[in-house]
Amino acid sequence: MLRHTFNFRRFWAIVVKEFIQMRRDRLTFGMMVGIPLLQLILFGFAINMNPKHLPTAVLSADNSVFARTLLWSLRNSDYFALVRVAESETEVRSLLKQGDVQFVLHVPEDFSRKLLRGERPSLLLEADASDPAATSYALSALDALVVNVFNRDLKGPLRRLRATPGPVELRIHRHYNPDIITQYNVVPGLLGVVLTMTMVIITALAITRERERGTMENLLSTPVRPGEVMIGKLIPYIMVGYVQVSLILLAAKFLFDVPMVGSVLLLYGVVLAFIGANLAMGITFSTLARNQLQAVQMAFFYFLPNILLSGFMFPFRGMPTWAQAIGEVLPLTHFLRIVRGILLKGNGPRDIAPELWPIALFMVIALSIGIKRYRQTLD
Amino acid sequence: MNGDLVIDVRGITKRFSGRTVVNDIAMQVRRGEIYGFLGPNGSGKTTFLRMLCGLLRPDGGSGTCLGFDILTQSAEIKKHVGYMTQRFSFYEDLSLEENLDFVARVYGLPNRRAVVEKGLESLGMTARRKQLAGQLSGGWKQRLALAACMIHEPELLLLDEPTAGVDPKARRDFWEEIHRLAARGLTVLITTHYMDEAERCHSLAYIAYGNLLARGTVDEVIGSAGLTTWEVSGPGLPELAEKLRGLPGVEQVVAFGTTLHVSGRDAAQLKASLSPWMAGEHRWQQVESGLEHVFISLMETAKDNYG
Ligand SMILES: Nc1ncnc2c1ncn2[C@@H]1O[C@H](COP(=O)(O)OP(=O)(O)OP(=O)(O)O)[C@@H](O)[C@H]1O
Ligand SMILES: [Mg+2]
Repeated sequence: MLRHTFNFRRFWAIVVKEFIQMRRDRLTFGMMVGIPLLQLILFGFAINMNPKHLPTAVLSADNSVFARTLLWSLRNSDYFALVRVAESETEVRSLLKQGDVQFVLHVPEDFSRKLLRGERPSLLLEADASDPAATSYALSALDALVVNVFNRDLKGPLRRLRATPGPVELRIHRHYNPDIITQYNVVPGLLGVVLTMTMVIITALAITRERERGTMENLLSTPVRPGEVMIGKLIPYIMVGYVQVSLILLAAKFLFDVPMVGSVLLLYGVVLAFIGANLAMGITFSTLARNQLQAVQMAFFYFLPNILLSGFMFPFRGMPTWAQAIGEVLPLTHFLRIVRGILLKGNGPRDIAPELWPIALFMVIALSIGIKRYRQTLD
Repeated sequence: MNGDLVIDVRGITKRFSGRTVVNDIAMQVRRGEIYGFLGPNGSGKTTFLRMLCGLLRPDGGSGTCLGFDILTQSAEIKKHVGYMTQRFSFYEDLSLEENLDFVARVYGLPNRRAVVEKGLESLGMTARRKQLAGQLSGGWKQRLALAACMIHEPELLLLDEPTAGVDPKARRDFWEEIHRLAARGLTVLITTHYMDEAERCHSLAYIAYGNLLARGTVDEVIGSAGLTTWEVSGPGLPELAEKLRGLPGVEQVVAFGTTLHVSGRDAAQLKASLSPWMAGEHRWQQVESGLEHVFISLMETAKDNYG
């Protein structure tokens, strides 16, 4: 039927207009570029920073010279701060639980005997990993420390014990958060988070702005159709989205040395679906909101579950089933898997396909609701 | 089918949250006619225009606009109607040229460049084409909006107070242009609060509180009101006005320059009330009632009936 036709020229009229308006609105444009940079710096560097002087307790069942050197060097290390020599297992438990210490180092009873026999006794480091950033370096820090200590004490005939794989076996036991998140994980994740935040907010304003400025009355009195307006308004922001993606990827590579194992080109392709899904969501909010404030509130409301339940903030597998179910609906959840898959694991098109279609489906549904809800009258 | 009627609607009704804002209005406008639509603030003029071009859905009534059903074919209507909104509704962050260009694109005009150029020329703004619409003065905004809504050469113009805030010279130019276009078959429905503009229309409709109170040519409207008006001149007019107000049959006492106009619908009662002063130092003369007297009289009556 005639009323459902999509006219390319009218659509293009909207695109041209939106580009001009975007160019004139320097502040918004600046923010679209500024927000990703700011977030990168905040998140990226905060996580990149090496934590220091993390409170540590020792529960030692061994009183040998080795154990004492170990304690001494813990006291003098930068990374650990020996705050307590614990007496019992129960004390250790409560220290960890209360958050009084970040780590507990267990020295087993027969430590020095095994060490001298060359049996590689194990040292267990228990970690409160609820703040994963704080503990991600614990193992390597402890390793360096132990090697130093024993290189000093194992002299003369004991020298042979220094041989690889080292005189002791280090084990770490993470509590509360089994996944370790490093900046390798966070920076690619930021790609999705930044796009979700800026794309949804900016398009949530797209139609409410026309309403508030009164230009909607004029627009509605022309022959433009809902689909032409909605899609026409999205095009310029797809471009902005790609600018953001490029910025973040550049920073990931040159600032944070994030490995890029897979095809960046493939990533650029997939990003289109993700940007599309977010823009569709935003413009749909825009048709539901009565004014710009409401639109922004809706966008934030949408942003929260995305941050919390997508696997960006907390490990996805650690969440309860209901939270996972919500997470599976969100495009960000799937996008995070895709980005981490491509960048860190080198996934190809076949690997990411199962994560791609939920994003596409989300986009189609959101956009359909938006076009349906687009009010063609001022009522 | 009556092909000559560009607007042919009846029973048009609109309610906003239970309050009837446009009540059962019928309107017939012929091709080439300049139809003035008048009424006090908040009487429902803008609402009515919006229903004609599909911006609002009527709660009752039916009819056609340019032969298309106003309820089901608004997409078609929009292609051939130029609607100028009461409030400036073009893009303030776009330049004059960009605004016109946008409109030309939206209507899919084939010779876009030329059309935009012509629009700028008609505005006399070729040199200031790059100026942002938001930086224009109020009157210039009106003129831009007018030029923009005519750019696609519509068959019907719906103009909502197009000359509000426009200077006299530009207003005269505007009316001359409107008459020229009407002679070529363009139909214009125009709302205004200016009496001189009302008198330039072929036909008028007067609406108050959502009800249509009068319609016809200027003479018909004045005639049907049955208003008698006396003009008084002489000394101490303000004091005289105070004394006359409130007398039986005296409905309006208005100062007109150095004279006073006194009108009422009941000619006999009016004369009886005024006769004590007619013998005095003032000069009395019966004159034809003006449109303004008629409209104010209609409005007061409407207030009694509906307000
Ligand atoms: N969207 C709306 N929602 C609720 N009420 C409305 C709406 N639009 C208009 N009204 C009310 O309808 C009435 C008629 O308004 P309308 O704008 O049609 O008057 P008007 O004749 O154009 O007045 P003016 O001469 O001041 O422009 C007013 O009382 C107004 O408050
Ligand atoms: Mg109005």
